Amino acid sequence: MSEERVGVYICHCGSNIAGTVAVEEVSQWAAGLPNVVVSRDYKFMCSSLGQELVEKDIKELGLTRVVVAACSPHMHERTFRATCERAGLNPFLFEMANIRELDSWATDDRVAATQKAKAMVSAAVRRVIHHQPLQLLPVNINPNTLIVGGGIAGITAALEIANAGYHVYLVEREPSIGGHMAQLDKTFPTLDCSACILTPKMVDVAQNKNITLLSWSQVEAVEGYVGNFTVTVRKKARHVNEEKCTGCGICIEKCPKRVIDEVFEAGLGYRKAIYRPFPQAVPKYPVIDTASCIFFQRGKCKACQMFCPAEAIDFEQQDQILKLEVGNIILATGYDTFDPRRIPQYGYGRLANVFTSLEFERMVNAAGPTGGRIVLRDGVTTPKSVAIIHCVGSRDKNYNEHCSRVCCMYSLKFSHLLHERLPDAQVYEFYIDIRATAKRYEEFYHRILEEGTRFIRGRVAEVTDAARLPGEEGKLIVQYEDTLIGKQRRLPVDMVILSVGMEARRDSRELAQIFGLGCEYNGFFIERHPKLDPVNTMTEGIQIAGACQGPMAIPEAVAQGAAAAARVLSLISQGTVMMEPVRAHIDAEKCSGCRICNNLCPYNAIVFHEDRKVSEVITALCQGCGACVAACPSAAITGAHFTDEQVMAQIEGMLWDVQPQFAVTSTETR
Amino acid sequence: MDNSYEPIIVGFLCNWCSYRAADLAGTSRLHYAPNMRPIRVMCSARVEPQFVLKALREGADGVLIAGCHPGECHYVDGNIKTLRRYELLKRMLRQLGIEEERVQLVWAAASEGNVLADAVNRMTEQLRRLGPLRWRETVLGEDGRTVEHVDDTMAKEV
Repeated sequence: MSEERVGVYICHCGSNIAGTVAVEEVSQWAAGLPNVVVSRDYKFMCSSLGQELVEKDIKELGLTRVVVAACSPHMHERTFRATCERAGLNPFLFEMANIRELDSWATDDRVAATQKAKAMVSAAVRRVIHHQPLQLLPVNINPNTLIVGGGIAGITAALEIANAGYHVYLVEREPSIGGHMAQLDKTFPTLDCSACILTPKMVDVAQNKNITLLSWSQVEAVEGYVGNFTVTVRKKARHVNEEKCTGCGICIEKCPKRVIDEVFEAGLGYRKAIYRPFPQAVPKYPVIDTASCIFFQRGKCKACQMFCPAEAIDFEQQDQILKLEVGNIILATGYDTFDPRRIPQYGYGRLANVFTSLEFERMVNAAGPTGGRIVLRDGVTTPKSVAIIHCVGSRDKNYNEHCSRVCCMYSLKFSHLLHERLPDAQVYEFYIDIRATAKRYEEFYHRILEEGTRFIRGRVAEVTDAARLPGEEGKLIVQYEDTLIGKQRRLPVDMVILSVGMEARRDSRELAQIFGLGCEYNGFFIERHPKLDPVNTMTEGIQIAGACQGPMAIPEAVAQGAAAAARVLSLISQGTVMMEPVRAHIDAEKCSGCRICNNLCPYNAIVFHEDRKVSEVITALCQGCGACVAACPSAAITGAHFTDEQVMAQIEGMLWDVQPQFAVTSTETR
Repeated sequence: MDNSYEPIIVGFLCNWCSYRAADLAGTSRLHYAPNMRPIRVMCSARVEPQFVLKALREGADGVLIAGCHPGECHYVDGNIKTLRRYELLKRMLRQLGIEEERVQLVWAAASEGNVLADAVNRMTEQLRRLGPLRWRETVLGEDGRTVEHVDDTMAKEV
C-alpha cells in the first residue's frame, strides 16, 4: 500500500455537472478509496474559494497528491496545477478527471453518468499515486508570425505586429489582399467609403519592411508547436515575374479574353484572363487565370507577353513551395456569404432581377461594373420599387440557425443608398427583428425610418414572376405575411435584394484540420473561451481573428485582429514559453541496443551510441508522443507523465466496478 | 441474454484530435452512449498492445482507440504506427478467439465530435449484441491454466 495522501475534489460546475452526476454521492464514495484522505464537493472548484479549499487541505492535511473532477484538462488543468504549486506541491502531482465534457454534458442518464464519473475519479486516484514531480521545460519563441488571410482582420494584425518591430508572413489565397471589405461600397453606420478607409492600410502592408506578403498562396501543412512551427506554403504560379513587373497594367488592357468575375464582382462584371481583382490591388502584380487564358488553353496568343514593356510575363513559371519558420500563427480566413440558390422559392438564379446583397454592393459602388448606377439585370432600366429581404439563410433552422449580425445594418444602408440615388423609388424592408445593437446603430435605424422606407415585419414566403392580379404583370411579386396585422399579402416590385447571411468558409473544416483547431457544427472556428478568450484557440500558439470565428462587422474584426496581435506580441516579448515536460527517457541499464526506437521517432530525437551500444533521447528534440515508449521490447523507455504504471493504474481504476477476468495483483506491471 | 447488460468500453483518446473531439461532443451537448470510459494519451501511438489486453483482462468488454486522421497526426505519423500495431494486435486477438468488434480503431479530428460520438454509439450497440467478453472462458479455458502462456504472447511487437 502506497503512503501517498490523496485529496479528491468534485466540482458541481453550477448545474453543469451536478445536474446529471450525483456529485455528493461520488464525493462520499471517493472518500472510501484507498489513499484518499479527504474528499469534497464544491459548487465551482475553479473559483478562488474552490482553489483555496485545495490549498488549505494541502497545507493542513499534508496532501501529497490532488485529484480534481471537473471540466476538461484543456480548460482548467493549468488552473489547478497552479493551485498545487501555490501550496508548495509540485504541479504534476495533480490529476484531473473530466466529468463535464466527457460525462455530464454527453448524456442525460443520471445513473450511468454517476457510474462513469466514479470510474473516472477512481482512475484518477489510482493514476495520481504513480505521478512523479516534474519541471516545465522552457522553449524559445521564434519571433516571426504567420497570418493567414488578408482581409481587414488579418491586415490589422499584420500591421500591429510589424509596427512593433517583428516579422510577419501574410498569406492570402486571392491575388490581392483586402478581403470582403474591398468589395463593399459604404460602411454602416457612418457611410464611410469602404475602399477609402481600407486601401491606405493595404498600402501600409505593401510598404512595411517587416511584412512579407504572399498573395495567391495557400498554406498546405503545419508542423511543430508553439514557438516553433514549420509552415509549408504553396505560392501559386502568377505567370508574372514579380521582380520585373511594374504594375503598369498594359497586359490587362491588351488581353483579348474577357471572363465573368465571379469573385470580386460577384458575377456582375467582367475581368480579363490576366487580371488584378481591382485597381488598388495590393500587391499590384496581375495574375494569369490559366483556366481562361487563350495561350494556356489553345497554345497561342501571348498578347500580354508581346506588349509587356518589362518582359515580366513568364508562361513557364511553376508553383513554389516555401517552408516558413514561425513562432505564432493567426488565422483570419473570413467568411463566405450564404448561397441563396439553396432557397429556391426566392428565385435567385432563376428570376433575373433578384440580386444578392453582395451583387448590390458592387452595383452601387462607383468603381463597380455599372459605375454606381442602380439598374435591373438588363443594364439600363432603373427600378421604381425595391424589396430588401432580411435574414436570407440566417435565423432559419433549415439553413443557419445563427444571426449573421450585419444584415440588418447593411440592409438599412441599402435603403439609404437607394433613396440617395433613386429619390423616386419606393423601398421596402422585410424584416423579422431589426437588430441595431452597436454604437450609433439605433440612431442610424431611426434616420432610415425618417427617410421614407416602408418596414414590413414578416418572413417572405416566395418571390415569383407569376402575375395573378392587375398591376403585377412584368413585376416580381413578393408573397409575404405581415405579422403585425396578421395578413397574407402580395407586393409587386421591380427589384429584390436578398440580404444573405455570413457562413463559415466552405473549406473551414479542411483548414481546421491543417492547423489542428476545432470547428463548431456550423464550421466557425472554436475559440478557447467564448467570453474571456475569444481570439485564442485550444492549440497553443494559434489565434483566430475576424469572421472565421463567427459573424461580425468590421469594427469587431479589427478589434479581434489587434487582440490576436497583442497575444502574439506578449509571447514574443517573453521570448520563451514553458512546455509540458512530457518527454521520453531511456534507461541505459535496460537498453539492449536493438535500435527499434531509433527509426520510430518522427523527430530524429533518439541517437545511438555505437561505443556503449545504447540509445539515448535528446530531450530538446523529443515532443513526447510516446511512440518509442510503446515499442521498446525491453521496457527501457519511460514516457514522463504517461508511464506504464500510470496508465495501467488508470485502466484498473476505470474498471473498478467490474470483475477482473482472472486473479492478478492490482499492482501488476510487466 | 440479460436485457440490462451494458458493455463497458475503455477508450484511449489522443490529446490533440480525438480527446478534443470528445470535448467538442460534450460542449455541443451531443448525447451518446455513456459506456466509453476515456483515458487520455498524448498520441494513439502511445497505446501499447499491453494496455488493450490489460483493459480486456480487467473486465472491459471492448477497447476503442481513437487518433487523428492519417496525415494529420500532431506527431507527424504516430497514427500510422498505431494502425500497424493495431493490425498485428487484431491478428493475435483473432487467435485468442476475441471478436473483431471488441477492439476498434477510429480517426476523429478535433472538429469531429459527431464522428467520435457515432463511433461510441456504434461500438456500444455492437457489443450489446455480442454480450460480455468472458475472458476467462474465451481466452484461458475453463480452468484458467493457460495464464502463463498468454502472458508470454503479450510480449510487445513493433
